[in-house]
Amino acid sequence: MATTNAQSPSPSGSAASSAVSAASPTHAHSHGSSDGLYIPRDTYLHGIPAPVKVVAAVSFIFVVVATPPTLYWAFGVYALLVFAMVVAARLPLLTFGKRMLIEVPFVIFALFIPIVGAGPRVEVLGLSLSEAGLISCWNILAKGTLGVSISVLLASTTTARDLLSGLERLKVPNLLVQIAGFMLRYVYVVRDDVERMRIARESRGFHVKGPAQWKVLAQAGAALFVRSYERGERVHLAMLSRGYNGSIPNAAPVALHTRDWLIALMFPLSALAVLLTALATRA
Amino acid sequence: MPESAHDSLVVVDLSYQYPDGNEALRGVNLRIPRGERVAVLGPNGAGKTTLVLHLNGILTGVGSVHVAGTLVAPSNFAEIRRRVGVVFQDPDDQLFMPTVREDVAFGPANLGLKGDELDQRVDWALDQVDMREFVNRAPHHLSFGQRRRVALATVLSMEPEILVLDEPSSNLDPASRRELAEIVQRLDITLLMVTHDLPYALQICPRAVVMSRGQIVGDGPTREVLLDEPLMSANRLELPYGFDPSSVPAAGTIKQ
Repeated sequence: MATTNAQSPSPSGSAASSAVSAASPTHAHSHGSSDGLYIPRDTYLHGIPAPVKVVAAVSFIFVVVATPPTLYWAFGVYALLVFAMVVAARLPLLTFGKRMLIEVPFVIFALFIPIVGAGPRVEVLGLSLSEAGLISCWNILAKGTLGVSISVLLASTTTARDLLSGLERLKVPNLLVQIAGFMLRYVYVVRDDVERMRIARESRGFHVKGPAQWKVLAQAGAALFVRSYERGERVHLAMLSRGYNGSIPNAAPVALHTRDWLIALMFPLSALAVLLTALATRA
Repeated sequence: MPESAHDSLVVVDLSYQYPDGNEALRGVNLRIPRGERVAVLGPNGAGKTTLVLHLNGILTGVGSVHVAGTLVAPSNFAEIRRRVGVVFQDPDDQLFMPTVREDVAFGPANLGLKGDELDQRVDWALDQVDMREFVNRAPHHLSFGQRRRVALATVLSMEPEILVLDEPSSNLDPASRRELAEIVQRLDITLLMVTHDLPYALQICPRAVVMSRGQIVGDGPTREVLLDEPLMSANRLELPYGFDPSSVPAAGTIKQ
């Protein structure tokens, strides 16, 4: 190809692009939304390779779930462990707290269990509550909260892209990782579609005032589905045109060091130690 | 057979019927020598996009398509898709990877390139469209014009024999439209450009073919085609208000 590039890019631009092949997660922060919930900080926790973090987080959750609900103090220690991690990752506590709110719709049901539960009852603040129900409620609340906080911690310290390649590394089926990747790429495109449809509706005097308008919203949802489905087909065409054969070629994989494994696994291992101690002292 | 190694594209008697019975192509014949830039003009529904989808075997009809002497057939789709670079109309359909770098690398990586070679290819392709400094951006953070340029880079990175652009100027603001024209003009590559933008065709492509109802009904130097009023009006082709093809410089002469 004999092409001359008259306007060479700015010196800073070319310098930046020549040094990018080894993009480290801590430097990929300038465009927040593509990185999911990632909060860029230069901490050790941020630097641990994603596959290691995923394994550590999931095994921690397993330990939490395996803990009998009546070992109350063990949950306190777990919470302290998580809190220490959040502080170590220098995450803003307010943002972290807000992200935890995703849990609310799920735990609301847990709050009803003591009211409708059977068995011996106890009086709490004038309410007659089921004892077994109270324990189930606590069980769900404590484990749910810990699970969500670990997930938020993981998502806040790892870019969505690193998470995806980490999952691929951990042999999560390729198709699932690809689907998650496409969701990440197209969620903004679809959001813009939704926004344009809303503006078009409201420009013609439509406002949601109550259930009477729900039919229109449902139709808009259906239109969005068809649009997205058709876009999916066009994307697939474009992929085929560039030689797609079922797998997305992966960039150079990150090296996983034993040291990272050891340090990251300290987290679930200390939780496991807490669990075993709690079980031993109960017996 | 008429095909030779000097022709980037030879289409012979190509017909295609969609499953719903709609005859989209009815005996298309088209021959494009290497290095020539050809505009495909025609009203909506003339079969332009259907023709494009035959060039890399996404659709297969009756008749034959040769790319640089190789027949488009299922046994060599991989090779054909390397040689035919199709840039689709909506860059959001084309850019599906999380970053510009990964997207431009997608095609060559499918061809088996890796490591330094892959990085160099990505940098080279982005240089062709003046987008190298955006290599680590996410596609949805780019302007529409920038996305279209990156979409072009994603196929240039496969070093195609022939570049196929589907409505390259649609939805571009005038500056982006001009920048894209400059980029395309300095590429040393065979070009097939499907467009409604007649001034754009005149600016970029020395030769134009007119499609109508699944057939090629006109073929010649772009300026002559645009000035052929009976041909133009018979195919719902209209010049923009005030545009006179004889008063502006046209793209260079047809290469032989």
